[in-house]
Amino acid sequence: MQPVATSWFFYGLSAVAIVSALMVITRKNPVHSAISLVFTLLSLAGLYLMLYAPFVAGVQIILYVGGIMVLFLFVIMLVNIEHNLREEQFNKQWLVATIATVVLGALFGYVYYHGKGFFPAAVPPTPEQVNTQQIGMSLYTAYMFPFEIASVLLLVAIIGAVVMAKKRI
Amino acid sequence: MGEISTIHYLVVAAALFAIGTIGVLTRRNVVIILMSIELILNAVNLNLVAFSRMHGQLPGQVFSIFIITDAAAEAAVGLGILIAFFRNKETINADEVDLLKW
Repeated sequence: MQPVATSWFFYGLSAVAIVSALMVITRKNPVHSAISLVFTLLSLAGLYLMLYAPFVAGVQIILYVGGIMVLFLFVIMLVNIEHNLREEQFNKQWLVATIATVVLGALFGYVYYHGKGFFPAAVPPTPEQVNTQQIGMSLYTAYMFPFEIASVLLLVAIIGAVVMAKKRI
Repeated sequence: MGEISTIHYLVVAAALFAIGTIGVLTRRNVVIILMSIELILNAVNLNLVAFSRMHGQLPGQVFSIFIITDAAAEAAVGLGILIAFFRNKETINADEVDLLKW
């Protein structure tokens, strides 16, 4: 099916993503930051859908928005943020850090502007009906070893998190 | 409003990466530093999926799933460290982590 009004969706989703990302790093209350991050992640899931990657979009919503952000909100409730809200939110090197990062972003923009011809203007649509099936196939054939390593990594992370958060071991 | 090509997605990802880096470098709240790391990882993911679309091949999407897995592991361990730190010092301020500083 031919997509409609692609550029409007792209600019809208990108604007939501970037504005709520800016809100993540500027809000005082970590709960507000977490909610803004949820909006960033959801609009990124929309961008993945526009890139014909429905499986990654689903994983993004289920794992990031449903899993990781709930973890963040739980931890925000576990720690006491009352004291932190009355403190200075930005550290002493904020000006230098911001200038350095803006220069880095300008470097990215410069490189992209000069390498514009390298990227094709329009890419033909890829079939999305078999996307999940193909990702499953490559996860269980070509990327079997990284898949197993990822499962061991998750096991280590579970044990590590329990050990860190436990009062006495 | 022209056609959206790969470069547009790369510019959005670069902006998200820069915002996440500013967050990591300037905030004092450890929870928000961890959220900024998530922003950086998402920018990388967007790049991977955009290049996967450009080449018409799947490995980019497969590796973006691995990166989401790594982000989950990182968040779990980082928040565990945060809880242990809060139990010891009663604060979540990154500047107060100075036990090893002479």
